[in-house]
This record gives sequence, structure tokens and C-alpha cells, in this order.
Amino acid sequence: MIEVVRPGPLTTVQDLGRPGLAALGVGRSGAADRRSAALANRLVGNFDGAAVLETTFGGLVLRFRQVARVAVTGAPCPIRRNGRGEAMNAPFTVWPGTELALGTPSTGLRTYLAVRGGIGVEKILESRSTDLLAGLGPSPLREGDVLPVGHDMCGPLPAVEVAPVPDPAGFGLIVRVVSGPRDDWFGPEALRILSTATYEVTSESNRVGARLAGPPLPRSRGGELLSEGMVPGAIQVPPSGQPLVFLADHPVTGGYPVIGVVLTDDLPVMAQARPGQSVSFRLVPGSLRRHAANVPGAAAV
Amino acid sequence: MNILQCGSEALLVDVDGIDAVLGLYAALSDRLPEGVTELVPAARTLLVCFDPAVIPAQELADLLAGTEPVPAEAVRGELVEIPVYYDGADLAEVGEHTGLGEHGVVELHTAAEYTVAFSGFAPGFGYLTGLDRQLHLPRRAIPRTHVPAGAVAIAGEFTGVYPRSSPGGWQLIGRTEVPLWDPARRPPALLRPGTRVRFRETR
Repeated sequence: MIEVVRPGPLTTVQDLGRPGLAALGVGRSGAADRRSAALANRLVGNFDGAAVLETTFGGLVLRFRQVARVAVTGAPCPIRRNGRGEAMNAPFTVWPGTELALGTPSTGLRTYLAVRGGIGVEKILESRSTDLLAGLGPSPLREGDVLPVGHDMCGPLPAVEVAPVPDPAGFGLIVRVVSGPRDDWFGPEALRILSTATYEVTSESNRVGARLAGPPLPRSRGGELLSEGMVPGAIQVPPSGQPLVFLADHPVTGGYPVIGVVLTDDLPVMAQARPGQSVSFRLVPGSLRRHAANVPGAAAV
Repeated sequence: MNILQCGSEALLVDVDGIDAVLGLYAALSDRLPEGVTELVPAARTLLVCFDPAVIPAQELADLLAGTEPVPAEAVRGELVEIPVYYDGADLAEVGEHTGLGEHGVVELHTAAEYTVAFSGFAPGFGYLTGLDRQLHLPRRAIPRTHVPAGAVAIAGEFTGVYPRSSPGGWQLIGRTEVPLWDPARRPPALLRPGTRVRFRETR
């Protein structure tokens, strides 16, 4: 068992989420930065689907009531085990009574903590993820919560001392975007602006989406789009022209046109973008025949 | 049918209307093509999420283009009857606006058979089509911050039931005690795309 001494600004339990239920109005949810969550699990020998803790801006303090093997990944923050420093991306052991404290990350936004066996809270619809928009799964951690440890390990402890992964960048982020599906709702200028301007992540951002501020993306047609299915990474443009990039807890459907979608491979970068940080978008060709020519400068296939 | 790219792991199929969406959804969900991870029907589109390691986008697009939608009359899901207390906060206003009176609104609302076109807004919230034209009203100018669970409501061409208490802008005409959403039930949603619905007045 693990006791929550302090939850920090926001700590939730996350796994790979609830795929396949969107037709019932349930989004996938799950870890916002899946790459870091998966690494944390791998470092302690867990299945990819084991639940980890996702903490936003650090500040999480836990007290372990049992021996446990843990690993911390994602946004790099000072890790104190009974006051002594531990390294990121490197598994270590904690003994019963140990207090483990995560400080404020130096770059990035979301830090992941995996425990060998996984966080063993009850599953809702096959997942332990907290979906903050849909209100599914366990509540965000509160002081005094006690978390069980599960049995989601997939083999012996891996012989790894430290995983060599780069920290989230502390400067301007670049993410790749495929235009569409509704780029035709915007003037020809809009895609050029999107791919050349710099946007700032605002403090309105959360697990639902990263809100951006910068040059507005002008629409070429009025009227309302009928609601349609949304994906993580969708860059939705409300009438203000200020884009919003959907993250893990995005709504299943949305009614504002999507000018482009961030590549799945670059979603972890977007999930680590902190308020105030700048983001720019690079258009890359899509993989449909008709679509390959939509990018300025891309070779027609 | 127009197939649009939606990032690296989804295609958006744009079709003529709800019947075409449900027809395509029925054709695909019956036997999910390999690599397809999610189908999200909406008013005029079907979002198809896929794993590009299993099926390349172009191959999936070709497969979708060649998929014969199930004809509308053949998309007949299970029929669910929902007992409703017609005592909604907006019932009098809806009766006045439409000129039908409260009784007329209830009569029209219970006369039709509806079909769940798609879900959204909240887990288990179904957008039901088949609402009589005389009941097509805009959403409230100012949404309510609190709509109780079980509220039966109308807006535009749709009617629906709020699965849990939430903010909402639809016109409330009644309420039901039937649980719309139960995570412990399989499937958890009472109303799913294609499900047919009838409302019955209860007192």
C-alpha cells in the first residue's frame, strides 16, 4: 500500500485508457505522455497496460507501507527518498516507511511514477484511468488516499540502471502536423500561418487540451460544422481563431473545424508543453494519395 | 462519400446524412476490419481510428470506399421503451412556442419511434433522431449550469436523455428513472448507435 501524503497540484492514476468505447460517448483517456508512462512501466518490469501515477508540475509526496520497486520518468524533477536524491529514468527500491517526494520539474509538465505491479485501484470499463472530462475512473489523488499495489508485472526485474532518454525540451517545441480533415474551412493563408507562426501555450491548458495563443487562423466560410469525431492531437479552431490541441481527455465529438492533427509520435511532446512555452507546427504530407499533394512544397506522389 | 485524413491514425468518412452514417457504422461494426480500433459515428461523418502498423491509411481508405452501407431499413437495433414523467422545467414554454400546448407536446413526443444516431457530450448520451418537425426548437439561449440526471430534453432535430447531472442547454420536457449509464453493465450505455427508442408517458 502507498499513502498519499501530498498530491501536488494534480495527480491522477493513468494506464492505456479505454479504447473502443467512443461510439458510446466514452473517450480513450489514459496517460497524456504515453511514451514516458510506458518507459516507467518497462523500468520496473510491468505490462504496458499497468497503471502509473501522472503528476502535473510535481509536488507529489508518497509514503510507502511496503517494499516496492519504483521508477520516475517524464518531466524531470528532483526525487527525494527520505531526503536523499534519486535519479530520473532509473529504477530504485523503497522500503516500508519510506517517504518519496517529487519536486517541481525543470522542464516539461507531467512526471510519471511507476511501481512494480502497477497501481492496483479498481478498474472502471477495463481501465484504471481517470478521465477528467467524462468523470470516469478514480478521483484525482487527495491527501490521505491509500493506493493498493497490483500484480501487473510481466517478468523478472529488468537489469537496467538508467534508461537513456532525452528530457522534454525547455525551449520552443516543434511538432509535426498533417493538415485536415477540415482545412478547407480555412482560407489559404491559415495553413501558412499555422506552419510558420509561433504559438504560446496558455495556462487554460489541461488534460483535455493545450490552449494556444498567437496569430488567429482565419476561416474562409461561415456557418456551423456538425459535430464530428475527434482524435488526440486534433487542432480545433473555435471562432476566435486561437487553436486548441486536444490531449488525452478530449471530448469524443466536437463542433469546431479541425485544421490539422498532430502526429501520434509527437503527442508526447505536446503533452509535456507547459504554460508559457512556445510551440510551432511543421506540416508533413499525409498518407492518402489525394492528400500527399496538400502540403506546400511536398512532392506529389 | 469523401474520405479525409485525420492525423496519422484516423480517417474521417464524410457522407450524406445520418442514415448513411448508421449504415456504414453497421456494416463495419458487424465485423471490424483488422487494424480498426475505434468507430465514432456523428451527424454526417464516421471517424475510423486505426493502427497504421496493421493497415496502411490508403489501404483502409480503399476498403472504406468499397464498403456497402447497410440499407437504412435494415439498420434496426433493439427497441427500448423509456417511461417518462412529462414535468420538465421547459415543458410549458415549449408548449407555448410550438402552439401545441403541454399536452400536444407530450402526444407528439410519445408518438414517434426514435433512433440513436450517435453518442457524445457525456458517456451514454445518445442523440436521437426522428423528432417531429413541430418540436424542432433551438437550444436555450443561456444553458443551465445543472440539468438533473434522467432529464428528457429536445434541441434542434434531436431528443435525448441526460445520463447524469451536468450543465446543459437543451429544452427540458420530462424525466425518467431508467438508468442510461451504468459502468458495471455490459454494455454500459442503454442507448447505442442504432438503438430504437420509444417514450411512454407515466405519472
